[in-house]
Amino acid sequence: MIGRISRTTAALLIFAVSVFPVYWMVLTAFKPTKDIQSATPTFLPIPITFDHFGTAIAAKGFFSFWRNSLLVAGGAVVLALVVALLAAFAIARLRWKGRRAFVLMVFVAQMTPWEALLIPIYVIARDTGMLDTLWILTLVYFMMTLPFTIVTLRGFLAAIPVDLEEAAQVDGCTRGQAFRKVVFPLLAPGLLATSLFGFITAWNEFAFANVLIIKDQDDRTLPVWLSSFNNTFGTDWGATMAASTLFMLPVLLIFIVLQGRVTTGIVGGAVKG
Amino acid sequence: MTLLAERPVRETAPAVPKRRRRPVLAYVLIAPTVLTTAYLLLYPLVRNVIISLQEFGLPQLVRGDAKFVGLANYAKVLSDPEFWGVVRRTLLFTAINVVLIMVLSTLVALLLVRLGKGLRLLVMGGLVLTWATPIIAATTVFQWLFQSRLGVVNWALVALGFEEYRDYTWFADGEATFGILVTLIVWQSIPFAALSLYAAMITVPQELYEAARIDGAGAWRVFTTITFPMLRAMFGLITCLEVIWVVKAFVQIWVISQGGPGQATTTLPVYAFQVAQSLQRYDLGAAVSMLMVVLLVLALLAYFRQLYRQEREA
Repeated sequence: MIGRISRTTAALLIFAVSVFPVYWMVLTAFKPTKDIQSATPTFLPIPITFDHFGTAIAAKGFFSFWRNSLLVAGGAVVLALVVALLAAFAIARLRWKGRRAFVLMVFVAQMTPWEALLIPIYVIARDTGMLDTLWILTLVYFMMTLPFTIVTLRGFLAAIPVDLEEAAQVDGCTRGQAFRKVVFPLLAPGLLATSLFGFITAWNEFAFANVLIIKDQDDRTLPVWLSSFNNTFGTDWGATMAASTLFMLPVLLIFIVLQGRVTTGIVGGAVKG
Repeated sequence: MTLLAERPVRETAPAVPKRRRRPVLAYVLIAPTVLTTAYLLLYPLVRNVIISLQEFGLPQLVRGDAKFVGLANYAKVLSDPEFWGVVRRTLLFTAINVVLIMVLSTLVALLLVRLGKGLRLLVMGGLVLTWATPIIAATTVFQWLFQSRLGVVNWALVALGFEEYRDYTWFADGEATFGILVTLIVWQSIPFAALSLYAAMITVPQELYEAARIDGAGAWRVFTTITFPMLRAMFGLITCLEVIWVVKAFVQIWVISQGGPGQATTTLPVYAFQVAQSLQRYDLGAAVSMLMVVLLVLALLAYFRQLYRQEREA
């Protein structure tokens, strides 16, 4: 009995600690300024206000930062998906010399300490005239997400039985058609999950966005903008928290979409049918 | 999100003989990956090594006529007491963070195993929410939580009777800032570690626990004689990952304190960036970051060994 009560208490405590910062962010975003500045904080959003979101959205450049982030993250994910799909197919379906070495390379690349490459990439970007462009960010994020994308796609691909493809080829499909018509639809959930995870990585990235976009402030991405909220909003914590909430929203939506979405169970049914 | 990535998919035995010998096609298919990796990963790394062997400041960046100076930059960095201070701080920062992360995550995972379904889903939901919080959003929120005049932390401390925390400016004090960064990183890292450990713990056969309990073993003994030995490789794997992640933690520190106040929170990646960015000594910055890579490679080798062991045991 005592054991159960203490376990329940511990569970609620862990829940409270993990949720509180996010709760406080959202709460502050919806609180009227005078409540935010009162000596005794309130813990419920009563009365509620949307003013801070208005301030955040009206901030200079908000939409272009939003668009830049989308462009860069989206571009990186699409590039990574195409390149990774080819490589994943070669690993999962074909036999060739150097396969093991290649897989090892992908794993090592995944552990790259990108923080150590800030300086050379800055120098390279400067030399190639890509500094202050969204191109260089797209390329860096593409490379950041590529190894992960290969590893996961290879996993999803390995889970799809080769028999399916062969059956399609027996039925008169070419190799390409078999892949397009049979494997690709089965792979779609995996592609979605992988790309969304890659998207989050790129969406959240700060260090390179901070270094590679310096001159033209309009070309910044959301994380860099958010980190400089002091310049944008001064001490307006309501607007700052509203901006953080808006920034986190897509990531949260993706997590909810992916909830239980990554299933490969559908494949079993396809073989039987 | 790394949970998916860090665990390699094992070769499924029957799939291997089915793989067809089409070497030319395979090489064509991997060519984009190889070329991309060569240009966007290998080349920057090599370039970093080269810069660290040159005299490379602002003039060389503009004119592009850097001279090779051999190991002079490394000699300069390694003979600088400031660098060794940073190394010591990085090791301390890593040790504190990783110990806290591993101990707390283990406790959370052990608790999750013992909870009923409702509470377990609640706690896991909370952890996933933390996990989903972008670093920048979390960093911004922590600055707000610990704000001196209106921050909820100071309010709570004063309400609990710690009068000295009224309007306390956390970010003006080195140790306080260090503590906040540890709190932030531990808070962000627990979900991955705890959920991975939980996933591993539920694979331990229940009979083992029952047998131990019949023998009268207490919770601590059960953990040290069954849970930990069974999951040793998993613990090793996660510890290695956390070491790597904490050593190279940059964004949280840079955004909250830029390594300050003074040098109180300057760890290796922050130091490398400071040297390059503020002093415009790209050569020294590159040398520092190469030394950090060496440190990380050691952790990485340990990680791959654990990965290999885990693969064999699983």
